[in-house]
Amino acid sequence: MTMNWFKYASPSSFYPLAGRIGAACAVAAAALTVAGLYLAFVVAPTDATQGESYRIIFIHVPTAWMAMFIYLVMAGWSALALGFNTRLSAMMAQALAPTGALMALLALWTGAFWGRPAWGTYWAWDARMTSTLILLFLYLGVIALRHAIADARRADRACAVLALVGAINVPIIYFSVRWWNTLHQGSTVSLTSAPKMAATMLAGMLVMTLAAWCYAIAIALVRVRAIILEREGGSAWTRELMAAEATA
Amino acid sequence: MMEFLAMGGYAWYVWMSYGAVAIVVATEIVATRARLRRARSQARHMSAAPAAPTARFDPARST
Repeated sequence: MTMNWFKYASPSSFYPLAGRIGAACAVAAAALTVAGLYLAFVVAPTDATQGESYRIIFIHVPTAWMAMFIYLVMAGWSALALGFNTRLSAMMAQALAPTGALMALLALWTGAFWGRPAWGTYWAWDARMTSTLILLFLYLGVIALRHAIADARRADRACAVLALVGAINVPIIYFSVRWWNTLHQGSTVSLTSAPKMAATMLAGMLVMTLAAWCYAIAIALVRVRAIILEREGGSAWTRELMAAEATA
Repeated sequence: MMEFLAMGGYAWYVWMSYGAVAIVVATEIVATRARLRRARSQARHMSAAPAAPTARFDPARST
């Protein structure tokens, strides 16, 4: 079977596809969130040392992972946008930045409210916390740069360069707990060793992470559809689409 | 129920965390859907208007 993958590199053919994938991901995100919260609050036992405060892990770890993943995906789309000069890639990068910024903000916020009972402080200039704060500023910088340049295609290139340069921060966050022995503990979950937590806790965390993945994909696809219409409104294909929607 | 909400004395920390996530996610969903609605109605208005003349390079007119 051969398939023309480049077909969906054009906004006109991607727009309806994004609607279908986005709707499916939204349903999956809602179902996974219900299942994840059930595991997090009903099934998972109370922690022996941290009591109930550890339950923040079920949103802290997924938001922190998503903040990093979304940045890498945004940088990947930016690289494609620079390399192939495809406008849809730049639109995808543009659509991911606000969700990434919110995930970084939530990771810092939930971390503060977990840090207080666990370590006795809401904030410290610890290596991982500081590099995550820089991640938030990088997202905000990309968004601000976008708004500062009137010409969309020039903004695409400038934002792509900034996103790619900032990507160096992601491995710094990831390895920060190994490189600097400051406050934040090492990773609890690793691909190379057995998890250091109860199976039900791990299950809850992974289901919540899947929910966060589906949510991020769904919301980014809604946003990219808005961006496509904002930037291509008035073109021949959006005229046809609007005419088709009016008669439907 | 009250025992569940008390979170073993950690209610402030647990519910401030989950509450913030709930508020941020709900706000993002509402705002993004509103943005798509706005973009759609704007695109509809642009389709109703006559086609804007597209600037094209015309060798006959260049000097």
